[in-house]
Amino acid sequence: MQLNESHERYWQKNLNITAMLLAIWFVVTFVVAYFARELSFTFFGWPFSFWMGAQGALAIYVVIIVYYAMYMGRLDEEHGVAEEMED
Amino acid sequence: MAGVAGDSGGGNAFDAKSMSAFKSGLNRIYTFYTGGFLAFVIVLAILEQMGLSRSWIGFVFLLATIGLYAGIGIMSRTTDASEYYVAGRRVPALYNGMATGADWMSAASFIGMAGTLYLTGYGGLAFIMGWTGGYCLVALFLAPYLRKFGQFTIPDFLGARYEGNLPRTLGILAAILCSFTYVVAQIYGVGLITTRLTGVQFEIGIFLGLAGILVCSFLGGMRAVTWTQVAQYIILIVAYMIPVVWLSVKQTSVPIPQVVYGFQLEKVTEKEKALREDPKEKEVVAIFKAQADALGEKLKDVKGSLEKDRADASKKLEDLKAANAPAEQIAAAEKALSAVPKDEAEAKTAWTKAKAAAEARAKPLAGMPAHAQIYAGDPNGDQKAKDTYDTSRRNFLALIFCLMVGTAALPHILMRYYTTPSVREARASVGWSLFFIFLLYFTAPALAVLVKYEVFHVLVGTPFDKLPAWIANWSKVDPALLSVVDVNKDGILQLGEMRIGGDIVVLATPEIAGLPYVISGLVAAGGLAAALSTADGLLLTIANALSHDLYYKMIDPNASTGRRVAISKALLLVVALAAAYVAAQKPADILFLVSAAFSFAAAAFFPALVLGVFWKRANKWGASLGMIAGLGVTFYYMVTTQPWLRGIFGVTSPIELWWGIQPISAGVFGVPLGFAVIIIVSLLTAAPGRDVQELVEHVRYPNLKGDTLNTQIN
Repeated sequence: MQLNESHERYWQKNLNITAMLLAIWFVVTFVVAYFARELSFTFFGWPFSFWMGAQGALAIYVVIIVYYAMYMGRLDEEHGVAEEMED
Repeated sequence: MAGVAGDSGGGNAFDAKSMSAFKSGLNRIYTFYTGGFLAFVIVLAILEQMGLSRSWIGFVFLLATIGLYAGIGIMSRTTDASEYYVAGRRVPALYNGMATGADWMSAASFIGMAGTLYLTGYGGLAFIMGWTGGYCLVALFLAPYLRKFGQFTIPDFLGARYEGNLPRTLGILAAILCSFTYVVAQIYGVGLITTRLTGVQFEIGIFLGLAGILVCSFLGGMRAVTWTQVAQYIILIVAYMIPVVWLSVKQTSVPIPQVVYGFQLEKVTEKEKALREDPKEKEVVAIFKAQADALGEKLKDVKGSLEKDRADASKKLEDLKAANAPAEQIAAAEKALSAVPKDEAEAKTAWTKAKAAAEARAKPLAGMPAHAQIYAGDPNGDQKAKDTYDTSRRNFLALIFCLMVGTAALPHILMRYYTTPSVREARASVGWSLFFIFLLYFTAPALAVLVKYEVFHVLVGTPFDKLPAWIANWSKVDPALLSVVDVNKDGILQLGEMRIGGDIVVLATPEIAGLPYVISGLVAAGGLAAALSTADGLLLTIANALSHDLYYKMIDPNASTGRRVAISKALLLVVALAAAYVAAQKPADILFLVSAAFSFAAAAFFPALVLGVFWKRANKWGASLGMIAGLGVTFYYMVTTQPWLRGIFGVTSPIELWWGIQPISAGVFGVPLGFAVIIIVSLLTAAPGRDVQELVEHVRYPNLKGDTLNTQIN
């Protein structure tokens, strides 16, 4: 099976979005935790880094996954690789 | 349950119309089910007011929930391979999300996590982040591709992608290693909860729970497990939320604890400062310090101290007898004499242990760090404080890393994404999974803070004769979970005088919040649901690795479908009994084993799976050696540094930590090494053949026109 140019572009875009979302994931998790002591200003009662670890990061994880699912669904259709329901 | 049990005629030949009818059927069933469950709890609450006894409430909860799971299991029974292994691949994203949530959240998440947060504050958030952020890796690197591949197990993928039985065999071994340690812990949890709920013996509790697990997974495989897990998720989330919301209303009059507990945390932090300066607390700390010092003195001359202890105890007994003291005093003195260690070795162990226990309590705040304190030590302090700070931070990050990568590599979780109808649904399903997990995980830190607030503001400072009844009740169950002793004899409870085990925090919350006993029963039923659902998923993973991967793929490829499913069922039974047998021995360090499973899974599977999709050049030898190296170094580090494993393997060399990393995070060495070895060895050996390149292309695109390859098994 020979891949055409559209297929190559699809995979490239997939790699790009994966890298971008992974970078956000990394910052939210490891960079924030690394500088947790410095980032402990008060945020609605919580120290900010405590709140990030307990809620903020988790919510961002959910958003990352949902965004990826939606983005890839659109990409599938644009590049003609979306699944068809059998009927 | 007709829609669930209704046979699709096997395979996944369904159209959009029947799929949406199937979905709306599911919605109807589970809405009725949730309503019915709530009605059941309300009826029990009314019966409690009318005088139904506590042990009856416990029995009714146990029998009703296990009976329910069994019912779903029987209705979903099947002998069709696709139904048995992957629930016919027609589980909608939302329901697969709920099932994954229940599969994922074990007894440790439900019962243990809030307790860990209570005891360690910010440090415990490593578990919260680690056990949720891993789903980003699942979504971005694995779930859609594994779904497109569309076979039954994770070793299936390794075998196909890396051409051969060696990677498959390594996959089987690693899958069994991490799943078995994990399932033992679940069955142990089941035994514990059953015992608490009904008062039966621990061993009987284990086998009662085992019956609940088996009737479900044995008859219907993945199909029954999926629909049961959805039911279990609903029970466990309801059970977790009710007490927290109630506690929040009680303390702040706002029913959304996750929004308001920041302000409670501020009050806890203020109270911590006051408690540190409290003279009575300092008195308690000084008494424990003196105990530790005295034990330290005794340990300097074990032989002499032991003789003295024995002489003192027998003298006291003789004196009492001579003085014709009351019988109970004599009995107490006899008990004290027999409690004196028998020989020097025993004395040394006992005293060292007692000294460590006293030292742990000879600290302010009963040895707990301030709840909002981020990392131990001080980056601006002296060298020692700086080192403590750095090591504490490094370990926090390493633990998050291992838990995340481990999440994205545990076979029983990855397997769930084979069950969705399409790649698109698999992607959405990871989102739903994390959403349902998130509901519980962002509540647990709130629960920990609210309970701490209650303990600091209500319990501490209460006279001993006015303590609430739940304290006496729980210390009767197990003094290791909760004990209060008036150490400085002032008749008032100080924080330092209370010892609390992490596992009690969730189970006792209903009583702390002043809720009726029926809610305690509900929480226990929720914990049981969490443990049973995870155990189901794990047992299925092990049995499938043995029957599908080992027997069918490697020993007898001509076996008929019926025979394969029958063998899988038989193996399931054997594995379940073996796990129950191990759990009944109450193995020492069970919590460590669970966390170790994450490091093992991370090091063994993650590099090979991810490179298998993203790097066409990765080949058989790279993957095999990479898995061996990653798993090997992780195992080696744990065996040489973890006290319990050192004991088992007879390691006596001094403990050498690499960069101060704790054994629990050994995967932090295994994962990068695994990646490095796969890359280097693959580049040094021949590139994989054309068919592997095609397989990789096949899994990368949800639907490739003109692609003749079809890996999916129906």
